Amino acid sequence: MKEHPRHARPHITRDENLIFERSSPGKCGVDLPSPEVPAESAADALGGDLFRRDIPGFPEVSELEVIRHFTRLSTWNYGVDTGLYPLGSCTMKYNPRINEVVARLDGLATDHPYAPEELTQGCLKILYDTARCLAEITGMDAVSLQPSAGAQGELAGILMIQACLADRGDPRKYILIPDSAHGTNPASVTTSGYQVKNLKSDAHGCIDLAELDRAMTEEVAGLMLTNPNTLGIFEVSIREICELVHRKGGLVYMDGANMNALVGVARPAEFGVDVMHLNLHKTFTTPHGGGGPGSGPVAVKKVLEPYLPSPTIFQSPDGSYSLDYGHPKSIGRVRAFYGNFGMVVRALAFIAANGAEGLLQSTQDAVLNANYVMRRLQDLFDLPYNEPCMHECVLSDRRQAARGVHTIDIAKRLIDYGFHPYTTAFPLIVPGAMMIEPTESASKQELDEFIEAMRAVAEEVERDPDFVLNAPHSTRVSRLDEAGAARKPVLRWKP
Amino acid sequence: MRYLPNSPRDRAEMLRTLGHRSIEELFSQIPEQIRLQGRLDLPGPLSEQEVLEFFKQAASQSTREYASLLGAGAYSHFRPAAVDALLSRGEFFTAYTPYQAELAQGTLQAMFEFQTLITQLTGMEVSNASLYDGSTATTEAVLMALRLTRRNRVVAARTLHPEHREVVATYLRHLGTEIAEVPYAASGQVDLAALEKALNQQTAAVVIQSPNFLGAIERFSEVAEMVHRSGALLVMAVNEPLSLAIVNPPADADIVCGEAQSFGVPVGFGGPYVGFLATREKFVRQMPGRLVGQTTDSQGRRGFVLTLATREQHIRREKATSNICTNQSLCALAATIYLCLLGKQGLRALAEHNLAKSHYAATQLAKVPGASIPFASPFFNEFVVRAPGNAEALLDDLRREKILGGINLERFYPELENHLLVCVTETVRKAALDRMVRVYQKFSSQKHARAAAPSGVSHPVAQEKA
Repeated sequence: MKEHPRHARPHITRDENLIFERSSPGKCGVDLPSPEVPAESAADALGGDLFRRDIPGFPEVSELEVIRHFTRLSTWNYGVDTGLYPLGSCTMKYNPRINEVVARLDGLATDHPYAPEELTQGCLKILYDTARCLAEITGMDAVSLQPSAGAQGELAGILMIQACLADRGDPRKYILIPDSAHGTNPASVTTSGYQVKNLKSDAHGCIDLAELDRAMTEEVAGLMLTNPNTLGIFEVSIREICELVHRKGGLVYMDGANMNALVGVARPAEFGVDVMHLNLHKTFTTPHGGGGPGSGPVAVKKVLEPYLPSPTIFQSPDGSYSLDYGHPKSIGRVRAFYGNFGMVVRALAFIAANGAEGLLQSTQDAVLNANYVMRRLQDLFDLPYNEPCMHECVLSDRRQAARGVHTIDIAKRLIDYGFHPYTTAFPLIVPGAMMIEPTESASKQELDEFIEAMRAVAEEVERDPDFVLNAPHSTRVSRLDEAGAARKPVLRWKP
Repeated sequence: MRYLPNSPRDRAEMLRTLGHRSIEELFSQIPEQIRLQGRLDLPGPLSEQEVLEFFKQAASQSTREYASLLGAGAYSHFRPAAVDALLSRGEFFTAYTPYQAELAQGTLQAMFEFQTLITQLTGMEVSNASLYDGSTATTEAVLMALRLTRRNRVVAARTLHPEHREVVATYLRHLGTEIAEVPYAASGQVDLAALEKALNQQTAAVVIQSPNFLGAIERFSEVAEMVHRSGALLVMAVNEPLSLAIVNPPADADIVCGEAQSFGVPVGFGGPYVGFLATREKFVRQMPGRLVGQTTDSQGRRGFVLTLATREQHIRREKATSNICTNQSLCALAATIYLCLLGKQGLRALAEHNLAKSHYAATQLAKVPGASIPFASPFFNEFVVRAPGNAEALLDDLRREKILGGINLERFYPELENHLLVCVTETVRKAALDRMVRVYQKFSSQKHARAAAPSGVSHPVAQEKA
């Protein structure tokens, strides 16, 4: 049995059944107040065929058992609070506690979306202020906070491009997407009814201007790009790219997933972007919550403003805030109500806590951290695009693959060293990609420990590849049979 | 900045390691001409104390002192303290999507439990691990039905939440999919004769909400039979799923979707909420969104993983079943914790509590001269009342008594002038309901007194205000 490496800690391995297996009849985790009114027979009120007698299999447990159950489950997770979480492209920053407190304030967490506007000025002001801050940060003219997450922001943006071009009499058919893009980009384009045309990246991992010139035909509505791109590289020709697309009658969509590399440094509106989304759960540190909720505000130039999702919010000369439903050219709603308000509250709290200086320092630290990791690992791991990086860097497993060890195996072994893995196998243009994004939330000390762990794993790959292939060795469960799970899906508990 | 862990010395050392003299050198790839000159114009920086003060000030301009009878797709229910206590564990709320299963068994098992609870409530065989909200869940259900039937026409009840109908329309507009609307009958339920006429061989899906936007519980087995005869799929939207504790689930439906905000998620000015989508096993490969499956590890121990990912955008890109990536995991966790706390007995008792209170309120309001309950169909915690006069004026009177008296339905249904949608949950105490009834009574008697007077003004309260 090997000794645990210095930074590895065994997880709490206490077993915990499914809640359904803890259930026994007659237990309940709440006591309800008296209804104070005469009971109404459900069978009578609903009629015999509508009345439900039982929910078979539904759990019956006490409050304490619920607390213990989910507390135990939580210990099997790893979060930003646990340690370094360098998951590239996902931007796992610290989630400030005060944001959680203010989002839960009585009045903000409790106001109803259909309460009269005069009585919900506090919530409306938060929406208005946040939209204004995001417009300032991106340089854009108008912002809608409605989209539920980045992918829905993408869809809203592409639908706006479609509506605008249709108004000009030529909606066109295709959207160009670089082969390095996030999977949501092509999926959102398809959902919008456009077809995807892939754009091959050049030798530096950037958009190839000649290739773009060829691909940008009169059938192409626009370009959807990520900047910095998913390799963490800033598109140096971004102005020429946007100019070319505009010259040929198209519009430029920017996936703002990597905006955390640019806040306070450069504004997309100023390099030619027409529409973009922001991920409040990335750049503006609203928590990822194990996969959501997100929030994907969409920001536009004047040319697209008439098409924003409805309603928008405005301030009257008397200082009061209102919702405006009068947008005849709007693409319509992309969801009910006004967006993930609770996430907007947290994002505004983050922006206000930082101010312009804090946000700039955050951007600088994120970029410094990523470059530091890249340069201190490039002697042991392949660096496919040797360019200065922005907020994240992409290495590859090329050298380790020669020993039969791949990016996913190295990732799993990192878990034993106490770190969450980097992003594996993305972007797709780098075979065996290892995408590392430390964010500004990593200290030098922590990065040094991470680098040490990565270097130790590289050494293990040379010495004992099988040990790495069987990692992780310290978690509650070892590698799980994913193929088996997909072959015979078990998607629910059954008694 | 208090969130940043690097010291000035750390930064200097790192720059030295990189061979840079200044941090600006790291941004040299960005052409000079597009680099921001000057500083962003933003609020702050604020200390934590100032952040709290700012938001407390905003929170004071709210309806927190009001008794609320607002529902319409966003339901105020009491949230046990244990829900937030557990959600606030950093291991849950600061984790990412559980792609690295060995480090995310907590989230994965909880999502597996969420999926199970949703299938138990809806009577379906499989559920996904959540979608954004009720409106997008319904939209995704419609898109799924279009794929499954390869037909291109949708029939939606007029009593589907109006904003959800708008979202469906936004997503379908460019597909050239026709959306036919089916009116409601005198009962408030979907007009079956009109539905029968609306169906044809091109109909992919029929979308019905129950309880519907007017509060009426639909007779879904009759609807299902009719829909299936035409070869279409039945999509049942449930946006107040607490009703499922005492109302039979729409087990004859093909997809049951909707909003689970009622289960432990704050009403929070419209979001974040938690959409769900459940269906039959045979349709699983056309489902949108994440699915958690049970499996075993190399030593045969039970564990959970994300599965059937070949439906999803990060694998299938433009051929994915949906563009959704981030879902509402933490809200789904809230719902899971909430449902476990209430359990079989608590959920039923709470549903009966809602039923009793809403029926009490409806009965009392029906006694007010000039007021009536226009729809006779069974309802759960929400119903329509015809105001004894101008609805806006009545709402103003109620507001003066610190009551948000409901939603003026004319906003969404022009034909329902002076009709209010009233929702009564356990959060409204009987005293507030009785106060509401007194405002109605006073309003009604003033109106009659005024109507008898020679002035003949049709909007008495507006005049009073002036």
